[in-house]
Amino acid sequence: MLDLPLLIGQVFNGFSVASLVVLAALGLALSFGLMRVINMAHGEMLMLGGYLAYLTFLVVPGPLALLVAMPVAFVGAAAVGAVIEVSVIHRLSSRPLDTLLATWGTSLILQQGARDVFGPIGVSVTAPDWLNHSFAIASGPLAGLSLPATRLFILLVAVVVLAALGLFIAKSRIGLLVRAVNQDRMMAAASGINVRQVDLAVFCLGSGIAGLAGVVLALLGPVTPSVGQSYIVPAFLVVILGGLGSMVGTTIAALILGLVSALSQIFLDVSMSQVLVLVFVIVFLQFRPQGVIAVRSRALEE
Amino acid sequence: MDNLLTLDKVSAAYGQSQVLWDIELNVPKGGALALIGRNGVGKTTLLRTIMGVQRATAGTIRFDGAEVTRHGPHERARAGIGFVPQGRHIFSHMTVEENLASGLSALKGRGKGMISQGIPDHIYDLFPKLAQIKARKGGVLSGGEQQQLAIGRALAGQPKLLLLDEPTEGIQPNVVQQIEAALRRVREELGVTIVIVEQYLDFAWSFADSYCVLLRGRTERQGSTRTESASEVAHLVNV
Repeated sequence: MLDLPLLIGQVFNGFSVASLVVLAALGLALSFGLMRVINMAHGEMLMLGGYLAYLTFLVVPGPLALLVAMPVAFVGAAAVGAVIEVSVIHRLSSRPLDTLLATWGTSLILQQGARDVFGPIGVSVTAPDWLNHSFAIASGPLAGLSLPATRLFILLVAVVVLAALGLFIAKSRIGLLVRAVNQDRMMAAASGINVRQVDLAVFCLGSGIAGLAGVVLALLGPVTPSVGQSYIVPAFLVVILGGLGSMVGTTIAALILGLVSALSQIFLDVSMSQVLVLVFVIVFLQFRPQGVIAVRSRALEE
Repeated sequence: MDNLLTLDKVSAAYGQSQVLWDIELNVPKGGALALIGRNGVGKTTLLRTIMGVQRATAGTIRFDGAEVTRHGPHERARAGIGFVPQGRHIFSHMTVEENLASGLSALKGRGKGMISQGIPDHIYDLFPKLAQIKARKGGVLSGGEQQQLAIGRALAGQPKLLLLDEPTEGIQPNVVQQIEAALRRVREELGVTIVIVEQYLDFAWSFADSYCVLLRGRTERQGSTRTESASEVAHLVNV
């Protein structure tokens, strides 16, 4: 007989894992869809967001630190993203394999940089009081279920970011340009759209969202120089599973992966559950190689 | 004579294989030039080279008094070149209205607030059909509707020069007439200069005032459609 509170608790954990992974993966999906680049240094944007949160918590005391840290991390990661795009990715745009290598190098440089500045041991932030509790259910059929406020907050951040991004892409003038460039780069340029600017803006946006994810990450555990590495692999999996560049697909794939991982942990230990997730992705792609949502984009047609 | 577009010894290549050699072309302001020739002689490449989506490997291109040879396509669009490519290239995931709005980007740098004024009325006036299907996605439209949309999108940027690549290819005869009539109005009422790739000599002759025949990537013959008859070039075009 399955324990209902345990099941609900794991479903909730699945959603919260999915929230983090989707925040980490959106930037990868956006820039792959648009530019066909794979940015190996994307995980370091999470790391950067985490450290920026740590610094903000040192400077800004009190319960508002978290709310200040989020825009700081977004802007900081977006700015570093801009530097990487202009100095590395744009220069290698016609050589995808070299981009892979160069951004991997960038990732190592950023990790070592963090190690030099902050030391190899992780730093942590203390979640503000308003997040430092759990919603526990004491009676009824769900007695024993406990939902930590930090995890609810993560879920909320992911929902807000997804909704805002969705609205931005669907309704704003810049969103229209992004969709045009994403679908037909040649025609977008011939219609007067500066595709170069759109590339850069989207890359910065993706990096900024990863920075936000870093803040959220800092609430869950220590920020270390290599913290990005543990999230970049699931993020890549989610992007591939989602259909390479589709936002909706990436979100659905993150949910699937989060739930598979969390629910399997009811029966399996953590490492076996990771094996199961990988096997699941491989089997899924055997039957549906185009991913959850098939995207027709310039990147995949060429 | 006041030329809007001048090509001087322009060559173009796809990778190692050269497609165009030393093209010389003059299009006067307000004029209409028909590019004709058999399949594969480089008409489409020439149009793409004028737009800048294909790089010229040699020669110079001047548009509206400035050299644009090294300019990217978006800069040329903003300078006033509109493009209706082969295959139409509609943004299929976007609505008709959004497709037209994407064309407004070409107005950037030409007077403040022009983009926020929205889609100019004359586009719906030229193509009333587009006003009826504003909210439909580009991908579900018929070929004729897509072609009208492609022309409308190019006109949204208020171009001085419109490049058209076989605008009536593969379209139902009754819609062909509508498109041809609209293009005549674009010339006469909006005063837009036109370069059109056209297979049908009848339409080329009735629409354009000059012609250029391409043969194996070179200019084979140029002249006026007003003083020469189509039959004089027919042997260069028909297989």
